[in-house]
Amino acid sequence: MELTANKFKANASKALIDAQLQKALGNVEKGFIGKRQKAADALPEFDALRDNARDIKNHTLAHLDLYLEEYERKVTAAGGHVHWAETAEDARRIVLDICRKANARTVTKGKSMITEEIALNDHLSANGIEPVETDLGEYIIQLRGEHPSHIIAPAVHLNKEQVEGDFRRVHTHLAKDRDLTEPVSLLSEAREVLRQRYFAADVGITGANFLIAETGTSVIVTNEGNGDLTQTLGKVHVVVASIEKIVPTLEDTSQILRVLARSATGQDMSVYTTFSTGPKREEDPDGPDEYHVVLLDNGRSAMLGTEYQDMLRCIRCGACMNHCPVYHAVGGHAYGSVYPGPMGAVLTPSLNGIDETGQLPNASTFCGRCEAVCPMRIPLPKMMRHWREREFERNLTPAVARYGLKAWAFFAKRPKLYRMAASLGMPLLSMFGGTSRRFHSLPFAGGWTRYRDLPAPEGRTFQQAWAQREALKQETEQ
Amino acid sequence: MSARDTVLGKIRASMGNPASNDERRKAVMGRLADTPTGIIPGRAQLPQAGQVELFCTMAEQFGATLARVSDYGEVAGEVSGYLRARNLPAAIRMGADKRLKSAGWETEKNLELRHGPSDGGDLAGVSHATAGIAETGTVAMMSGQDNPTTINFLPEHHIVVIKAADIKGDMESVWSMVREKQGKGEMPRALNLITGPSRSGDIEQTILLGAHGPRALHVIVVE
Repeated sequence: MELTANKFKANASKALIDAQLQKALGNVEKGFIGKRQKAADALPEFDALRDNARDIKNHTLAHLDLYLEEYERKVTAAGGHVHWAETAEDARRIVLDICRKANARTVTKGKSMITEEIALNDHLSANGIEPVETDLGEYIIQLRGEHPSHIIAPAVHLNKEQVEGDFRRVHTHLAKDRDLTEPVSLLSEAREVLRQRYFAADVGITGANFLIAETGTSVIVTNEGNGDLTQTLGKVHVVVASIEKIVPTLEDTSQILRVLARSATGQDMSVYTTFSTGPKREEDPDGPDEYHVVLLDNGRSAMLGTEYQDMLRCIRCGACMNHCPVYHAVGGHAYGSVYPGPMGAVLTPSLNGIDETGQLPNASTFCGRCEAVCPMRIPLPKMMRHWREREFERNLTPAVARYGLKAWAFFAKRPKLYRMAASLGMPLLSMFGGTSRRFHSLPFAGGWTRYRDLPAPEGRTFQQAWAQREALKQETEQ
Repeated sequence: MSARDTVLGKIRASMGNPASNDERRKAVMGRLADTPTGIIPGRAQLPQAGQVELFCTMAEQFGATLARVSDYGEVAGEVSGYLRARNLPAAIRMGADKRLKSAGWETEKNLELRHGPSDGGDLAGVSHATAGIAETGTVAMMSGQDNPTTINFLPEHHIVVIKAADIKGDMESVWSMVREKQGKGEMPRALNLITGPSRSGDIEQTILLGAHGPRALHVIVVE
């Protein structure tokens, strides 16, 4: 997809007045937050498992080269093929080659963010091979020519009436007067239409939630069963996965699985957790004849050993965006990049460079909810702050913000002056707050006050309030 | 230089090119050999009978239906009853699993038995699970002639037979069973952990059962 991360502000402004989108975004909170909390509360070991999951990934990243070698050895021993891809372009070329060798005309696809990252569908289409997305949400957005707006709920920005419109537009072979008012009828229709595509496809492409070094296994975690049909019914199964998906053992996988579904959808387990090792064996009546893994780097190796290494622990559960007030307000497309929300605000600059993506780490209130719910304990706000610092150092920050920060720094470094200015300013601002004690419009801050108001200062500065609080505390202690 | 060497080289360069890999390799090979167990939730640390009860409760909680029979001879009757109650045609698809072969089919004269992998034309399929996981009400299915993978996904109704003694507390116990069958470090081509019928929440985050896989999962526990 075209990267428009640096149009975030313009994109967000549009999103805020898009009534359809705002209605659909209401489902994010309903669909995810309460369910995650309930699942986490029901497992007393949840937080200890998060610590362990973090430690497992840290250990793996510290030995990534060696685990990758072991993983490759096991895949090869099981009759599979491992292809290394340094860039997105390399990965696209490798997948296209495999499809061409299989004389593929259509390929089915399980839901995979990595194939979004390498823009695989466009590449296959341009070369005469039709990619068919089979995950319901992915299928819907493919019909619309859109990109996922969420990493696990790609069509969360849509309402059912929009989906009905798309199905009527595309499924013209079906009766015009059929009833599609209920989501369940939409689901049934997609099931019928896609069933035929699985059997017709020559190649099935999936991503991977994990690659297990111990056994040379790729793992997919799904609810619909489409990923399994994709990889079981095609003659060739291609797994596209990035290098940091490696975990050492089956036991390590189990630890992370326990936090994955709970953090993502609030399920104890997703419906299907499938472990695939190599192609069809002699005694097998079904399964693919060929099994390929495309291991993608695409900028990840450069994150190792930097302040962004922790991001490579990410298991793509989506909890950070589900809990992000900015994501709730503007949805995923406003981020203008493959990965939206807090994890995208950290990962996208790492993959695409801060020059093109500087607005993303700024699209955060630093409320900290993303870090609080991250199953892998990734310090997302801290890393966004690192990106803001890089941006500032490179003079990419907009002039108004830069001068504002410089003006603030001038006062902050001169405490006497700071206190004087603040104690003059606060009573003045308090007076402007009027009887409602809130600002409904402010000079230079129309962008903020157009959508929300702001509490007015109460008259004292923070330092005055703090000093009084401390004095009171001493009195009560005496 | 091959792409493989380039990627591995970049990883090592980012790590500051560790001079000696001996210590690191020892750590890696040690972990792969020892496969240390992490945290096992207390939820399923029960006597076996309790694990079977918990498995049944969890499976039903996640949308499966459940039946318990006292021996394999009763399985066929239970399958027929399931199909009749749902007005489904009296036909099932199944693999070559010996335990399924001797499940009392001779008493169900009207039931059509189809053998081998599913071609998508079956409404009901029967498989035998390798193991059950009480912690989450999950069944573990291994690919092969005995229980072809396609039966897990293509029929609208998936009926899974499981021996009560194969129900374990946690996922880690299943790995021990798999290692016993396949050898350490080895896996069947496909191992499917299945928890309830297929579902989707992709339209307005409303959970609907019966997406691309089975619309219903029926588990028969043989005591």
